[in-house]
Amino acid sequence: MANKILLEVVTPDRLLLSKEVDVVVATSVEGEFGVLAGHAPLLATLAIGEMRYRDGNALDYAAVAGGFCEVTGEKVTILAESAELAREIDVDRAKRARERAEQRLAKSQSEQLDYVRAEAALKRAMIRMRVAERAHG
Amino acid sequence: MPSQRDILNKISAVKKTRQITRAMNMVAAAKLRGVQEKTERFQPYAAKYAEVLASLSSGVSPDVHPLLVQPEKVEKVGLILLTADRGLCGSFNMNLINAGLRFAKERQAAGQQVEHFLVGRKARDFHRRRGVNVDNALTGVMNTVDFDLAVQVARMGMNAFLAGEVQEVYMVYSHFRSMAAQIPTVVKLLPISPDMAGEAAPTKEGPSLEYLTEPSAEQILVDLLPRFVNVTVYSGLLNTATSEQAARMAAMDNATKNCKEMINTLTLAYNKARQASITAELMDIVGGAEALKG
Repeated sequence: MANKILLEVVTPDRLLLSKEVDVVVATSVEGEFGVLAGHAPLLATLAIGEMRYRDGNALDYAAVAGGFCEVTGEKVTILAESAELAREIDVDRAKRARERAEQRLAKSQSEQLDYVRAEAALKRAMIRMRVAERAHG
Repeated sequence: MPSQRDILNKISAVKKTRQITRAMNMVAAAKLRGVQEKTERFQPYAAKYAEVLASLSSGVSPDVHPLLVQPEKVEKVGLILLTADRGLCGSFNMNLINAGLRFAKERQAAGQQVEHFLVGRKARDFHRRRGVNVDNALTGVMNTVDFDLAVQVARMGMNAFLAGEVQEVYMVYSHFRSMAAQIPTVVKLLPISPDMAGEAAPTKEGPSLEYLTEPSAEQILVDLLPRFVNVTVYSGLLNTATSEQAARMAAMDNATKNCKEMINTLTLAYNKARQASITAELMDIVGGAEALKG
């Protein structure tokens, strides 16, 4: 269909998703943005956040752990460090990751490298859990 | 002349060896397929990265990011040497190590110091024997090459570069050209020169797209550059892992062939010995009969 846009999510390990959708909403470092077919060329840095896309009435979620997004008129390419579709997320694993990250945060001093990394890990875990929740809720 | 029993023992030993080399060949083949699949899945990611970086970095001043700054004077270079963890793959590891040595020698001749970052047990063992500092070594990692490993390797290089310990970083990896040819290759990792990305990207016809950017183009570039190093290292790692398995397959194939040849030769020797002993026994019997008759 003419008013659909091709969404591709690529991680270093695989092509996660390649699908024609109506609308894509992703989280850049400056906030959420939506993309429809015919969007002007755009390049954005993605934050650790959720991404959702709608195809007809079906709304799907995915967790994206940072990366880039390139938009051309007919295609959205998301280059993610890592990404997971909502149905693939292992909630238990995310919970464990959150606990680990919290422990590390409590131990390390702020502003140190370890702290920054733990914070990022915590954020990834939280996003995963939120995305999983949304998909099932 | 060895006895029949000795030859039989030898034959069964060589047969066992042949079985092992044949099994290793098949294991290498299976692993090769795995790594190749990984490479294929990674290709679109790498291509896209290079493309985006090329369109962004044209006409950007090097002041934007420390990874772009060209050094005025190079006193020390970092060398990331990728090898396998295991042997039995022909001259694969030695070829890589030699390429690294050649590079180091050239640099030392030019009055520069070389700091080694070694990936793979073979590289570390070799340099430790030669008394080179091997603090920056990762071993036991080449069996499962993934993106996290690439990040780890790239971080070693980038940290040293950003801390000013080294002014340039190079990587030696094995370029997988074909099943028969794996070529040790030296590439420059840091500082990143804009045309480096351009070389990696497939040249496209027509002007590149004018992007809206969020945040600014420069900010994106700053985020993108370190990741581009990760991507380059990952592709080096994948190439090396593929080459390793290909080299091992070839080496084990050769070994299996040699075993077969050896078994043939030994079987021939055994048959000759057997015949000789039968002939000797016959002579004995005939001689004995003759003696009784007389």
